[in-house]
Amino acid sequence: MQTTAIELINVNKWFDKFHVLKDINLKVETGEKVVICGPSGSGKSTVVRCINKLEKHQSGFISLYGKELTNSEKSANSIQGNIGMVFQQFNLFPHINVLENLILGPMKTRHKNRDEAVKIAMHYLERVDIPDQANKMPAQLSGGQQQRVAIARSLCMEPKVMLFDEPTSSLDPEMISEVLDVMVELANDGMTMIVVTHEMGFARKVADKVLFMDKGKIVEQNTTEEFFRSPKTERCKTFLNQILKH
Amino acid sequence: MKKILILCFTCLALAGCSSDIWGWYVINPTTPSGWINIKFLVSGIGNTILISIVAAFISINLGLIIALPGQSSKKGWRIVNRIYVELIRSIPLLPMLFWVFYGLPIIFRSMGINIPIDPFWGAVITLAISDSAFTAEIYRSGIQSIAKGQKEAAHSIGLNYIQTMRYVILPQAIRRILPPLANQFIYIVKMSAFASVIGMQELTRRANEIVVTEYRPLEIYSLLILEYLVLVLIISAGVRWLERRMGANENQ
Ligand SMILES: Nc1ncnc2c1ncn2[C@@H]1O[C@H](COP(=O)(O)OP(=O)(O)O)[C@@H](O)[C@H]1O
Ligand SMILES: [Mg+2]
Repeated sequence: MQTTAIELINVNKWFDKFHVLKDINLKVETGEKVVICGPSGSGKSTVVRCINKLEKHQSGFISLYGKELTNSEKSANSIQGNIGMVFQQFNLFPHINVLENLILGPMKTRHKNRDEAVKIAMHYLERVDIPDQANKMPAQLSGGQQQRVAIARSLCMEPKVMLFDEPTSSLDPEMISEVLDVMVELANDGMTMIVVTHEMGFARKVADKVLFMDKGKIVEQNTTEEFFRSPKTERCKTFLNQILKH
Repeated sequence: MKKILILCFTCLALAGCSSDIWGWYVINPTTPSGWINIKFLVSGIGNTILISIVAAFISINLGLIIALPGQSSKKGWRIVNRIYVELIRSIPLLPMLFWVFYGLPIIFRSMGINIPIDPFWGAVITLAISDSAFTAEIYRSGIQSIAKGQKEAAHSIGLNYIQTMRYVILPQAIRRILPPLANQFIYIVKMSAFASVIGMQELTRRANEIVVTEYRPLEIYSLLILEYLVLVLIISAGVRWLERRMGANENQ
């Protein structure tokens, strides 16, 4: 039996008068991988950011394992790293080394002692294939390595769900695959994932479901196979043609 | 501009030569009375420095406490911060000093608290509160200079607001905060001269007392200005050294 990890029902959001999310409905089961694509400015980031409460939604319902996520501070704090997030700009903490980046969350939020936290950190650094960089400062790493550290940092919190907001968009082309490989592995291990990306190869390989967003709406939502075989809307067809051409 | 300066210096030099205007004997280190006067004047420096350091220490902590609600996502907290900063910034130092020294004890007494405020603490409290509005603003701009993504990443690994500030934002902001904070110390040193009016025995008070007995304001206040000048120049050199070090760190 499947349990629903994340559910959004009729979520609406405005930035002042600008209606950025319009009646968003989305259900993500445990272990499911969902890819969100769509043109720039269509609201993809905002959906993801509403889920982990980096943004407030104005109406509708968002839940994590049946527990509603409201806009209250208490609700935002209750997420406590259960929803991991990987950003386009990595957002590593530049003033501390890689290992310190990784153990900060487990020590302060999960109240692990240093030895336990280091053990967890080294475990995940090995999983993202850079255990030898533990004592480097973030600025000394390549973009691809930084993003893998960022993924490891999220995993150290042992999250139930991982969100990715264009994790490869600010990487040099030759580094994209090393990050995608880590994400594919993570998907194969059964992680529940919501990934905003234009990497359609990745979507075909791991996604159970693909969403296409345009102007704040989910225009299409389908199984991966159906989505690529027969996109229903004109808008989606042109979009796919455009990015698949590159 | 240059010509005017040269003119000024020439006038001063000429005035210095004409003995009926200047009477340097009053602080002539080669005469016993002049030497005693100098020692009396300069010995106020201990209190000037002590007041400034204690006030700066309080202001640095108070300023942070004031700055943090200014960063809150809750409007109510931000308003508390704005009211404090705007209010304190607009009160001139001297009235505030009088209010703290003469007024505050009355409030304390009416509440049944018997805390006498001596000139030292009167000056320290006033300087600290007055300066805290400025240090709070320094913290604010330092904190705001750290990219929003840092706060978001901290939230995504479950850190709460205090932890985010403590482990992520402030350690990064401190490089941009320290030099202007050190600069602000110069403001405190200069403003500590006001402590003289409530009887604090610091540099300015000492000068006033000798002026009253010796009737030589020109020479004594000239020396007083020189004393502050030397003090401030030393601190400025310290600030510049700090800025260089911070700048060097930034490039690592
Ligand atoms: N903090 C904000 N304030 C106002 N408008 C915003 C803000 N963040 C995003 N927007 C606007 O909302 C729209 C959707 O943004 P976003 O979710 O980032 O789109 P996407 O990730 O699909 O490119 C864009 O038009 C953007 O300009
Ligand atoms: Mg985006």
